[in-house]
Amino acid sequence: MRLRRALVLLALLAASCGGGWHAKNIRGLVPSLELGLASVQRPEVHAADFRGHVVLLFFGYTHCPDVCPTTLAKLQQALGDMGEAGRGVRVLFVTVDPARDSVELLQRYASAFGPQFIGLRADDARLQELCKRYRVTYSRDKPDAHGDYAVTHSSAVFAFDGEGRARLLFLPSSTAGDIAADLRRLAGES
Amino acid sequence: MASWIAFLLPWEFSPLLWALLAGAGFAYARGRRAGAGGAGRARPTAFYAGLALVYFAMQTRFDYLSQHMFYIHRLQHLLLHHAAPFLIALSRPQEAIARGLPQRLRERYLAPAWRSPAVRCAYRLLQNWLVAPVLFVGLIALWLDPQIHFYAMLSAPLYLVMNWSMLLDGLLFWVLMLDPRSRREGALIGLGPRIGLLLVATLPQIAIGAHIALSPSDLFNVYGICGRAWDIPPLEDQQLGGLITWIPAAMMHVVGALVVIGNWMRADARAARAA
Repeated sequence: MRLRRALVLLALLAASCGGGWHAKNIRGLVPSLELGLASVQRPEVHAADFRGHVVLLFFGYTHCPDVCPTTLAKLQQALGDMGEAGRGVRVLFVTVDPARDSVELLQRYASAFGPQFIGLRADDARLQELCKRYRVTYSRDKPDAHGDYAVTHSSAVFAFDGEGRARLLFLPSSTAGDIAADLRRLAGES
Repeated sequence: MASWIAFLLPWEFSPLLWALLAGAGFAYARGRRAGAGGAGRARPTAFYAGLALVYFAMQTRFDYLSQHMFYIHRLQHLLLHHAAPFLIALSRPQEAIARGLPQRLRERYLAPAWRSPAVRCAYRLLQNWLVAPVLFVGLIALWLDPQIHFYAMLSAPLYLVMNWSMLLDGLLFWVLMLDPRSRREGALIGLGPRIGLLLVATLPQIAIGAHIALSPSDLFNVYGICGRAWDIPPLEDQQLGGLITWIPAAMMHVVGALVVIGNWMRADARAARAA
């Protein structure tokens, strides 16, 4: 069983090296979209709510000095480049700092990048489950004298297709142009 | 709950590993009570320490840390591929485990399967004097290929394949190397050639470890992308990981060669007595 699974995976791996995507092809390697997080509008947001939309999933926090704003700005630019197709994409910004990020604060922050950006929050236990599912992690540094602290977190952007299947992984090195091209192709599939 | 208990609980529970560890542990104890496995405490201590290391490496929070820190991942593979199988092979538990298994299971299924030509043939091939060390070093190189490493850290099933392949190959390799018998007594490879193989197999590991430790660029960006378990500069993480691949791994081979030299002297003494 395990062996057969491994062979299937290796075949997928071989296949995923091609495909002509700019991003890393993660089809079959990463589990499908699953949420169960709170947004400013609803206490529980689920993957089914985004059926038919290409979804981008990113873990970050509003006090983040570098990775989050640059990544979100890049996604904003990519969605803008896509024109009409970019309007159908949903960007889910999941906080790794639920202690400081309320859903209201999160949504204000996310909305600044565009109407497609949605801030999501869960308590630590649920957040850990979700991180485990996508094999990412985060760790909070010790607070300084003002109570401020940084959070080390994932810089990956996971892309899911309209069926909720994990498809692509954008890295910090991905450019807005590459992201736009890949997302246009992904949106065109469904 | 005390934090050390939380640390020891499975991060990703594996029923298969639990069943194998518990099954091997019980069968070994039962076999020893029936008189197999030799006298003294050294061998059972080595055996159970080996099992405990496997559990520690694959089932505790250490496994979580291994997924998110490169050098902890290298420590995990040092345990799974070198240290734990080394201890298990050193204890030579095969006879005691076989004796301790339920009779029906042993006689109906395991013994016939073990004697079947296909299994014999596959085992002989894997334990060939050239195939075994090439496989041992090849697996290290394979999983440290940056592309493959990236996917292994991202995909839970592939990650399991990686860790199980290291453990199983480690067991095969060290059981082959630490077999106390000489070629004439039935070992697959002579004691002298094994010393050479053990020492030669360190060279590619030193090369891989040194290449990683001395690389000026971040070869394994998956840790930065998925987030590290704590804040540490990527190159520092990588240098530590490279050193672990390089030095303790090579040292294990030297210790292994010393054990083989000891076995060789005892085998010579046995041969002299028999003559």
